[in-house]
Amino acid sequence: MSEPRRLRLLVGKVGLDGHDRGVKIIARAFRDAGFEVIYTGLHQSPEVVVETAIQEDVDAISLSILSGAHNYLFPRVLALLRERGAADIAVFGGGIIPEEDIPALQAAGVVAIFTPGSSTSEIVDWVRANVLPRTID
Amino acid sequence: MGFDEREHEFTTVSGMPIERLYSGDDLGPGWNERERIGAPGEFPFTRGIHATMYRGRPWTMRQFAGFGTATETNRRFRYLLEQGQTGLSTAFDLPTLMGRDSDDALARGEVGREGVAIDTLADMELLFDGIPLDRVSTSMTINAPAAVLFAMYLAVAERQSVPLEALGGTLQNDILKEYIAQKEWIYPPRPSLRIITDLLAYAAAHVPRWNTISISGYHIREAGSTAVQELAFTLADGLAYVQAGLDAGLDVDTFAPRLSFFFNSHNDFFEEIAKMRAARRMWAHFLRERFGAQNPRSWMLRFHTQTAGCSLTAQQPYNNIVRVTIQALAGVLGGTQSLHTDSYDEALALPSDEAVTIALRTQQILAEESGVTSTVDPLGGSYFVEALTDRMEREALEYIRRIDAMGGMIAAIEAGFPQKEIADASYRYQREVDEGRKTIVGVNRYRSASETPPALLRIGEETEREQLERLEQVKRRRDPAHVRTTLERLARAGEDRTNLIPPMLEAVRAYATVGEVCQALVPVFGTYQETSVL
Repeated sequence: MSEPRRLRLLVGKVGLDGHDRGVKIIARAFRDAGFEVIYTGLHQSPEVVVETAIQEDVDAISLSILSGAHNYLFPRVLALLRERGAADIAVFGGGIIPEEDIPALQAAGVVAIFTPGSSTSEIVDWVRANVLPRTID
Repeated sequence: MGFDEREHEFTTVSGMPIERLYSGDDLGPGWNERERIGAPGEFPFTRGIHATMYRGRPWTMRQFAGFGTATETNRRFRYLLEQGQTGLSTAFDLPTLMGRDSDDALARGEVGREGVAIDTLADMELLFDGIPLDRVSTSMTINAPAAVLFAMYLAVAERQSVPLEALGGTLQNDILKEYIAQKEWIYPPRPSLRIITDLLAYAAAHVPRWNTISISGYHIREAGSTAVQELAFTLADGLAYVQAGLDAGLDVDTFAPRLSFFFNSHNDFFEEIAKMRAARRMWAHFLRERFGAQNPRSWMLRFHTQTAGCSLTAQQPYNNIVRVTIQALAGVLGGTQSLHTDSYDEALALPSDEAVTIALRTQQILAEESGVTSTVDPLGGSYFVEALTDRMEREALEYIRRIDAMGGMIAAIEAGFPQKEIADASYRYQREVDEGRKTIVGVNRYRSASETPPALLRIGEETEREQLERLEQVKRRRDPAHVRTTLERLARAGEDRTNLIPPMLEAVRAYATVGEVCQALVPVFGTYQETSVL
């Protein structure tokens, strides 16, 4: 193998939340940064998100949650990844998430949470520094 | 003499260029005051829809509220009424907005979070408990299942012995902007339009004071559109509803007077005012000339304004009080009929009581201390404001021409056109912010090192459990055979193309759930899957 493969990221909306302004901006910013982006579309269940992530062999899952359901949805996605033996897929995300909820989400395994006001370059830089292509086989 | 200019080009928050100075030359040689702006209360209503405007009656102060269970929201409603609020505005939770029950698998974690959870008429009875429906006007922000919630509201009125003719309020019921921006849908666009025209016909006959559709630019703007796009896509949605009503055999003057609008008020003060003034003029011309409406009330664009949620910052949240004041003032000078002012903590969570009170006080200060209500349209005739109004209109008409050429808004939505235009504008703006070409105080300039976060409203985990228990109780108490019969009747009305509202009313009276009523029509109407536009 010569070139390291490009990062593959699943960018997703989970639950019933239809606010997709942020997720679309992130998806475009990731694409412009040279990552491969798989966008789930709206209103996906945690099961579908995890299944897609495994099928598409992504390096990380990036979820956008503005509905207030983050304390349920992030841990649910992480639990399903563990059940499927895919806990090495990193999960990060953003949205309207109060500061005080972040420590518990991180303890549950969410690697990073970006709150309103984060710039796309800050998020892209974080991904470059922290998400590595998964070793396969 | 003077300093060199700070920028090569000055632009609005939407990117529209602004000149150093405006004069009569900017209005063009044919600019005719009577024709372009007229008198307030007269065609084309550029200066406002009433001759006396706020000298007659101030705008309705209408704070959007809803969270947790119906009982909790009922308490917030009563609090707001005691504080001097003059109308109610209901926020529903995501499962309700999607026409799903609290016990639906996808509803997990979402029950009562972003609004109040309503599953059956029993919840609606609690929501309006002790609130006389003939004496308040109620706005309900609900779209895909709007007809179901409307039927529930009518059923509550029946129980309070309030005649339907006495009910006043607004149903958002604007499904087209859901496909464009807010993304809470059930059926595909065309059958959804049929439910709406059934509701238009039913309300015209039975609930004549009800505002049947609040054609909404708010969410389009929140999704990242420019001011011109908000104006153009909202009016194009309105044109599609009027056309659908005509196609269903309704006389335009029976339903057009009950259509109202809902605009966003963002940070760029004059751009917002120009947008609102242009909207009134454009709608008046469309209704009179394109649709041949005779009743002056059909020509009038009445609207609600909400300050821009997307402009609020999580950083230095108290700065938002100032943003909201400027945005609210733009809504007032733009001639709004009602106003919601956002609370300063809304980039962090649903608003606390304290934050909501400051937001309401902001409106009261504008109405009763600032003096801006003492004369009608104080900005009318300003070279800048009139030139900007003309430019808004010109650019929005160009969009509408393109949408007409595609076959109207439904075809444009199916082609992903407005969705793509908004996504492009939203990405462009984000780049400008990231690169520091547009300033957001406290975010990309003038940052503070440390901040004390304000106390936030928390929605406890027990809300979901309580709501699920109540839903189960209602299901146990109701007559299942009767529920089934009413749902079958509804599905038949779907097939027969008879008006859907009476059978829907039967079903909700039998305590059928929102989800059951919506699902009853899925075999007839199908469901909607979006082709995502990135």
